[in-house]
Amino acid sequence: MTTPAIRVATLTKRYGNLQALAGIDLEIGQGEFFGLLGPNGAGKTTLISALAGLIRADSGKLEIMGRDVVANYRDARRRLGVVPQELVFDPFFTVREVLRFQSGYFGIRGNGAWIDEILHGLDLAARADTNMRTLSGGMKRRVLVAQALVHRPPVIVLDEPTAGVDVELRQSLWRFVRQLNADGHTVVLTTHYLEEAEALCGRIAMMKAGRIVALDTTANLLSSTAARRLKIRAERPAAALALGATAAGEWLEFSFDTPGDIETLLARLREAGAGVLEIAIGEPDLERVFVEVMRRA
Amino acid sequence: MPEPFHPSPFTGFLTLLHKEVLRFWKVGFQTVAAPVLNALLFLLIFSRVLDRHITVYGEVPYTAFLVPGLIMMSLLQNAFANSSSSLIQSKITGNIIFLLLPPLSYRAFYAAYILAAVLRGLAVAVGVWLASAIFIATPLAHPVWALAFAVLGGALLATFGVIAGIWADKFDQLAAFQNFLVLPLTMLSGVFYSIQSLPPLWQQISHINPFFFMIDGFRYGFFGQSDASPWLSLAVTSASLAALAALTLAMLAKGYKLRG
Repeated sequence: MTTPAIRVATLTKRYGNLQALAGIDLEIGQGEFFGLLGPNGAGKTTLISALAGLIRADSGKLEIMGRDVVANYRDARRRLGVVPQELVFDPFFTVREVLRFQSGYFGIRGNGAWIDEILHGLDLAARADTNMRTLSGGMKRRVLVAQALVHRPPVIVLDEPTAGVDVELRQSLWRFVRQLNADGHTVVLTTHYLEEAEALCGRIAMMKAGRIVALDTTANLLSSTAARRLKIRAERPAAALALGATAAGEWLEFSFDTPGDIETLLARLREAGAGVLEIAIGEPDLERVFVEVMRRA
Repeated sequence: MPEPFHPSPFTGFLTLLHKEVLRFWKVGFQTVAAPVLNALLFLLIFSRVLDRHITVYGEVPYTAFLVPGLIMMSLLQNAFANSSSSLIQSKITGNIIFLLLPPLSYRAFYAAYILAAVLRGLAVAVGVWLASAIFIATPLAHPVWALAFAVLGGALLATFGVIAGIWADKFDQLAAFQNFLVLPLTMLSGVFYSIQSLPPLWQQISHINPFFFMIDGFRYGFFGQSDASPWLSLAVTSASLAALAALTLAMLAKGYKLRG
């Protein structure tokens, strides 16, 4: 059996009265593109911090590629690259200096060729000798990604990497990360942009109040949890609302499970004299799944 | 997927040392030249006022007596400033995370911060010594003793700086360390006077100040004379360093205020 890229067993962490992690169990396979979703305060960053050794869990076990993050922290950390959520940088140094130092901290010397490759891949080559202070926010974000990759970790964790990043940079960042995943890296992503998670992640865990409340493939989450939507515009919306529709701007929405449900719904709307003007079918999206899961949890 | 790298031993320590040295060297005007100028101003003012009136250890002119004290005071203050300011800046800006994510051992972390701070202290010390030579030639009777106290004293204050940098959450807390501990202890340690000139009670009080032993031992390296035995000064300085180093290593091993 292949060793999981990440294994979390009954992990707990408490800050005063707040139970930040309440017994997390999770396995992420090698080569997965995995999404970790949840509202603010759900415990995502705490889990990542425990994984990276930035905090110490109260109990439980954490392994990266089979290496315990406490007992065998050196081997575990060499296998993990973390892109932190905060836009942090060292204002004394240039991009290249920062990357050389980061390589050195991981015990790597003569890493110039790989650093050049990362700089090229993240469109940073032209700014390699620029001081970090003078870079734009988006460029600083790219350097954070580069710093997480200098030691060629097989597991990469991106903690909200596109927060405050413009569309162009976001797209180029995802192209790069997708390529890393295609090359065999395991990628764990936390984001509040659910459409990104839906497009990128093969499997998703949703967290709330320190617990995992949903864990499945993205396809299963979309098909099993959220019903499709029948969207209509009507002459008399009140009649449709009386049948259980929800308003979404000019549109009124009904949930349905099977195509047969559509005929039934339309018949009831006709009987109620709603006067249907326009019809559209809305596919399930992760945002709806997320809202539903959080409401139920 | 690219093959993982095979790490070299000591590379983490050497890299952090290099980074810390580069950090102060890039702003050398502020971190080395300015303290040298400060020390020279002290030398100019005090020597102008007191040189004709005071001799120490029999026939040593006051200006010559003052030079080792000023060198050591500058060294100690800058060693403290280097480690403490680097750490608190990294904590406040958040870039300390780049040192916490890699597999750097806490011993390598400690050694790199201390050595870089000692190097800054020595750079300032050499600067003050060379600049003071314009005004007065100071003999160096026992260079090994002088170097031993410079390195041990620098390491002691650098260690104190690491403690302060880890403990403090804000710049004003760090300034309190500097203004209410480091500065008074240095000023009252015999930088500007021989404790033989003090009343007996104050002589006794001076003997519980480890800064006195560092400066007195360093001065022995220049004149071959001192208020206390150089061996006693060496023992006090070494023991103080050992105690603070043990405390700091324990803090780092636990991740105190660094790893939540």
